[in-house]
Amino acid sequence: MNAPHLGGTETAPATRGQTAYIDAIREGLREEMARDERVFLLGEDIGVYGGAFKVTDGLVNEFGEERVIDTPISETAIVGAAVGAAMMGMRPVAEMQFIDFISCAFDMITNFAAKSRYRTGVGVPLVIRGPSGGGVHGGPFHSQNPEAYFAHTPGLKIVQPATAYDAKGLIKAAIRDDDPVLYFEHKFLYRRIKEELPPGDWIVPIGKAAVRREGRDLSIVTYGAMVWTALEAAKTLEAEGIDAEVVDLRTLFPMDEETVLASVAKTNKAILLHEATRTGGIGAEIAAVLSERCFEYLDGPLVRVTAPDTPVPYSPPLEEAFLPNAEKVCRAARALAAY
Amino acid sequence: MADLTREQKLELYRAMRLNRVVEEKLVNLYRQGKVVGGLYRSLGQEATSIGTAYALRKGDIAGPLIRNLGVVLVMGYSPRDVLTQYMARATSPSGGKDCNLHFGDPQRGVISPISMLGALIPVMAGIALGARMQKKDLVTMTWIGDGGTSTGAFHEGLNFAAVQKLPLVVVAENNGWAYSTPFRKQTAAKSLADKAAAYGIPGESVDGNDVLAVYDVARRAVDRARTDGGPTLIEALTYRMKGHAEHDGQSYVPKEELEAWRARDPLERYARVLAADAVTTAEELAEIDRGVSEEVDRDVEFAENSPFPSAEHALRNVYAEEASAAEPTIVRRLS
Repeated sequence: MNAPHLGGTETAPATRGQTAYIDAIREGLREEMARDERVFLLGEDIGVYGGAFKVTDGLVNEFGEERVIDTPISETAIVGAAVGAAMMGMRPVAEMQFIDFISCAFDMITNFAAKSRYRTGVGVPLVIRGPSGGGVHGGPFHSQNPEAYFAHTPGLKIVQPATAYDAKGLIKAAIRDDDPVLYFEHKFLYRRIKEELPPGDWIVPIGKAAVRREGRDLSIVTYGAMVWTALEAAKTLEAEGIDAEVVDLRTLFPMDEETVLASVAKTNKAILLHEATRTGGIGAEIAAVLSERCFEYLDGPLVRVTAPDTPVPYSPPLEEAFLPNAEKVCRAARALAAY
Repeated sequence: MADLTREQKLELYRAMRLNRVVEEKLVNLYRQGKVVGGLYRSLGQEATSIGTAYALRKGDIAGPLIRNLGVVLVMGYSPRDVLTQYMARATSPSGGKDCNLHFGDPQRGVISPISMLGALIPVMAGIALGARMQKKDLVTMTWIGDGGTSTGAFHEGLNFAAVQKLPLVVVAENNGWAYSTPFRKQTAAKSLADKAAAYGIPGESVDGNDVLAVYDVARRAVDRARTDGGPTLIEALTYRMKGHAEHDGQSYVPKEELEAWRARDPLERYARVLAADAVTTAEELAEIDRGVSEEVDRDVEFAENSPFPSAEHALRNVYAEEASAAEPTIVRRLS
């Protein structure tokens, strides 16, 4: 499998008891629907067909058409209906068939859902989820990472799982949250990432980052599929004598600043890595936080490794050039370590 | 015609008078600089708001727009809610967070609009959807202007509601103008009610300045919605007698058109109907008017004596959990 920006993780053999990232999302949805009758799903082709990527496969048989609603191609109506139902005390989970289409519901999300509690005291507990990210040759409209558009909107929460554990734990936490949560899953990870999940009812709390690898020389702060890229880079760097720490944000907004600060206060250098484009991205925000809050700890420039400021191209050599990968991270890390 | 008791007919009159008097007071307060934002009038459109909302019953949910002052009054909000809201006081329904008629609470039967027109239609469809899932027997109603019917949200919301056969009544108030844009530049449709056919739902036009006719058509739509007949689109033909907002002198409006509609003033017209049908007397109506004036005067006094919100509220209620301080803590390196 051609997975230049992810390294070898996709070749891990499926063993008994291992849950793929996509199945972890479905398990989380199913458990919450079974636990709480207020939870329901709505979106395009999510019922009988089970969703374009099969995230909701089989759920309509289990919970019926009333709780797994196939909608017209109307992102504004999907999110708008979710807002209304949430105001009535329901817990809707709206699917964007590709997360790129979330732009069609931008007004409903940023103006209606996000501001309702502040303006009128009426909370809107809904989840909007969908496949984001590139690496599968989806072209300009099936590959984007739109998180930064929404991280500028107070009232929203944004999560992005990198592991199957987090995929399940964060969808469950998102559904239980009393505010609107955008859950950006990475389509490249759907069937490439697997792990054994513990039994029982557990969540991954929103607002908590995780240190995926400890290191002394520099911190790579990242999220989503790029966590695997960072880990692959860290392995290469280790052989060269550079000890990188990898911080997985998991929640992008509101951000777990303390975990990021603790890491950078220890390593004194930071790379901000994301698959989304560069300007105004999450990396820029982290750089601002680090500059503001732990300036005196920095022993080098804050370095971004991101996609360039272009649309996502289609052709494999173009997309490969566009996406960050382990080699690009290593190059940045070597320069930063030598600074 | 409307199957209303004498008391109900007088209630309609009182609501229309209240709508008008609250706005007249707001104009005074606006001129005194006490309305800190814009003021959006519904002069001439009172019968549309009140006749439609009056067809709802307790437990139903309304989603009004800024020109639907009559709707929030019918749904049980008081003049003081409206006055404090326009005057941005701490005692207002939004606590000073939002302006004009941007307030609501599903528990009180009103969903707050946002300024992006059409957005309420999908949301009200969602209210109806959620209620149906909860086995609640309620009808939703929302209002949109002729301008708002041109938005994508209007289309998506009505289409979704129709497919789901949701109990939603959409009242399209055709008041001739969207800010300065006339109806003919808004749509090539002859009537807004014609748009219903595209969604496979009933559409009806009504004289929006005849409160009893408005009530009749709304009542039919509400009854249909309540008996699983799905959504209805009502076009209420009325006229915006003032500018888009109080600052707008509506120089673009033909004077003769304005005069023609002034002769069809819904409140004076209804008073004449009530007298002609011997429902009431001029004395009784004057008594109602006096009661309305007294109520509004009391509420103006309440609003004027209400404090502004204290500054710390600016940071509150963004999330269910309170956020941390806005000022960052600088981490200093120990030397």
